[in-house]
Amino acid sequence: MRNLIFFLYKYHAFFLFFVLEVIAFIIIYRFNTYQKASFLNYTHGVANTFYTGISNTKDYFYLRNVNDSLQMENARLRNQLLTSYYQNNVSLTNINDTVYKQQYTYLAARVVNNSVTKRNNYITLNRGSLHGIEPEMGVISENGVVGIVMTVSPHYCTVLSVLNSNCKLSAKIQKNGAFGSLVWDGADPTQAKLLDVNKHVPVAVNDLVITSNFSPIFPEGLPIGKIKTHALDAGDNFHNMKVELFTNFSTVSTVYIIKNLLKAEQQTLEETLQTNQLK
Amino acid sequence: MIIDFFTYLLKFILVVLLQVLVINSIELNAYINPYIYISFILLLPVTTKPWISLVIAFLCGVVIDTFSSTPGLHIAATVLLAFVRVHYLRLSTTKEDVEGRISPSMSKKGVVWFVFYCFAMTFVHHTFLFFLEIYGFSEFFSTLLRITLSALVTSMLIIIGQLLFYNIKTVNE
Repeated sequence: MRNLIFFLYKYHAFFLFFVLEVIAFIIIYRFNTYQKASFLNYTHGVANTFYTGISNTKDYFYLRNVNDSLQMENARLRNQLLTSYYQNNVSLTNINDTVYKQQYTYLAARVVNNSVTKRNNYITLNRGSLHGIEPEMGVISENGVVGIVMTVSPHYCTVLSVLNSNCKLSAKIQKNGAFGSLVWDGADPTQAKLLDVNKHVPVAVNDLVITSNFSPIFPEGLPIGKIKTHALDAGDNFHNMKVELFTNFSTVSTVYIIKNLLKAEQQTLEETLQTNQLK
Repeated sequence: MIIDFFTYLLKFILVVLLQVLVINSIELNAYINPYIYISFILLLPVTTKPWISLVIAFLCGVVIDTFSSTPGLHIAATVLLAFVRVHYLRLSTTKEDVEGRISPSMSKKGVVWFVFYCFAMTFVHHTFLFFLEIYGFSEFFSTLLRITLSALVTSMLIIIGQLLFYNIKTVNE
């Protein structure tokens, strides 16, 4: 017994090292997975109040850029207003519209914390469960797709940025509808890779890449980027494509969170299908 | 003793603020992510008991993890750094260093010794951190490049900090 205590005492540094590393790895395993990100929820309460103050100060320096992009967006939206179209219709009757039902609503949010140079980047927004935000909602900027909401606290939410190895977006090429998945390879925050597009699909530089209709997170047809380079390696069945992202992740400061009003319905339907298959 | 404690606490707060507010916001390149907060661990006195430096490293990792939303990564890397550092110092310090209870800084141990110490420790920390971050060896060479460049920049920043705040002349006395 004395020998054991002596042994433990002699190598106490190593044992402590071992115990602390085990704790660290437990934290990594327990909280690093996409679903169990409650650690982030907790720490963001602490860190966010801090980051909000910093972001409030920093925002002053970007006011000009924000104004410019808002102005451009206003112009684009104004173009879509009914009043900017010439009315060719003479008869004025109100039609109670049952054909079109609103599926997506948009909520404006501000970026509180952001990074672009890490391998796994996250964005924090100043909207949370009090504003009706839930995990797995889409986030877009005025230019293109930004990411997917991951964790939600009462006042904040963290977003899995497109610039993250865990983020895989379902995308398609607008011209021919060929779909693939968009992932980031960790090198350049302005570019991502489009994988799994079959080699028989003709692609060209500057083809528009948009969101596909397969995911309940983003509405179909939101711009993601345009093809910058494409190559076909010998013996490979898929194109090797680089996509230039429309969103400038290093300056993004105002975003919109997309709420899909029919998502719950779609998911319950798909879940019943799965449970039926299990039986 | 108590004054020592508060000086180190102040240093700790300063270095964390510098890391979180300044260094993390300078987003130079995807390959350059300096983590200068480890200088706090590097500059603990050589007589610090191993278990104390391990616990300090753990707390340091917790704080950095909180601000960079990376649960566990910095804890694991910083605790490893503290453990390696204990053994490195055991091999490379003299009896006078231990009796003088010095901090292994550039002014006390000389430029060459410090540059080597700083780069070796930074490299250990960054290697562990970045491989843990991508969790695997799938992007081995790009990660290696990332480690090397980041370690170079981190040690350069720490050395510049030493040149700014410490008096080099004392080495020659």
